[in-house]
Amino acid sequence: MNSPWRTARVVSIRDETPRAKTFRFSLDEPVSHRAGQHYVVRLTAEDGYTASRSYSIASAPDGSAEFDLTVERFDDGEVSAFLHDVVEVGDELEVRGPIGGWFVWDGDGAAALVGGGSGIVPLMAMLRFARRLGRSDLVRLVVSVRSPSMLYYAEELPGPETDVVYTREPPPGSPRAAGRLNVDDVAPIVRPDVTAYVCGSSGFADAASHVLLDAGVPVERIRVERFGPTA
Amino acid sequence: MAKFTRGFMGRRREGSEGSEHRLPPGQYDTGRSWPVLNAEVTPDLDTATWTFGIEGLVEEPTTWTWDEIHALASSTYTGAIHCVTTWSKFGMSFTGVSVDTLLDVARPLPAASHVLAFSHSGYTTNLPLADVTGGQAWVAWEVDGAPLAKQHGGPARLLVPHLYFWKSAKWVAGLRVLDHDEPGFWERNGYHNRGDPWLEQRYQGD
Repeated sequence: MNSPWRTARVVSIRDETPRAKTFRFSLDEPVSHRAGQHYVVRLTAEDGYTASRSYSIASAPDGSAEFDLTVERFDDGEVSAFLHDVVEVGDELEVRGPIGGWFVWDGDGAAALVGGGSGIVPLMAMLRFARRLGRSDLVRLVVSVRSPSMLYYAEELPGPETDVVYTREPPPGSPRAAGRLNVDDVAPIVRPDVTAYVCGSSGFADAASHVLLDAGVPVERIRVERFGPTA
Repeated sequence: MAKFTRGFMGRRREGSEGSEHRLPPGQYDTGRSWPVLNAEVTPDLDTATWTFGIEGLVEEPTTWTWDEIHALASSTYTGAIHCVTTWSKFGMSFTGVSVDTLLDVARPLPAASHVLAFSHSGYTTNLPLADVTGGQAWVAWEVDGAPLAKQHGGPARLLVPHLYFWKSAKWVAGLRVLDHDEPGFWERNGYHNRGDPWLEQRYQGD
């Protein structure tokens, strides 16, 4: 049987925030993915010990052999700390994927994307895909972060289809007071027949799901992906 | 053959408290934390209206209320759980009722070979009958002496600890007994059909 593991070479690394980096990987051949899917990254020590974790793909499906994974660093994260502290451009890592058939958006149908902190990553793939297709009208994204310095993709994000909610420290002149995501924040992105995609910590996912329910999204149209500090 | 990762030593070779904490391949010991992962909105279920049922290919389709299922002989599982996202958690203690006890009442027909577990949230997962009998599966409502929290599938979840934990359906509502295999939610979405952590059956093709 063919191994499901592929070799991916790191072609660039960029800082998103003080705790998050985006790694651009290149495969030997193009591998298509769906917006919202993830890859598993496996590290192998010389004695055969392995550690693997899943990371969401941040880049849009584009038919190329390259893809982006944005990784938040956890201080006790065996894999995330290694990726942040040791991995350099030119390194080769083993990856498996893309994986996942539920938390995906294929460019058809209205999508309300609600992310908390690092939970924006798979939603960014969806937003980028919509923009690439020229179908930004289909998606609306609200991301919740503590402060401007915690916002991923800060330069690329702004647009008529996106909004940022600051829970602690809004930027100067922000019309919205600091505070948790509420119904008023999501009401503008809720349309009939919308499918909602919620991604963030477990606490954020629960809170945001209930905000969406309060805003009138049926429970069966809410898809959730939870990120834990397990990396 | 795995390819070595430049500079990677790894840091854990054993569970944190010695050899009884044996990790399946590719897993790590999450210690005291218990990560929460599910793909749908966490439901608020009231034990006053909660039910668990066994239906399908059984002689006696049966539905239990919260009080009725608690009146059955309870049993406890003590040991590890293993999540496909690579964490394992040791020294867990779950109390509930053995699926054997429930099936003794419902009595599967001779043709029965599989079950599809279904949840109050709409989640499903499939299991061979052989994986939920013989003292290997429970409907559990208590963990470490406390009621199971809703984030972890409370008021009651399926517990099949010898398989990856997505098989242990949160908010379980029942088992449909079948004479064939019918893939559940994650099994239709890229994950392995059986999910044995010792064979590292994580994804389709493993």
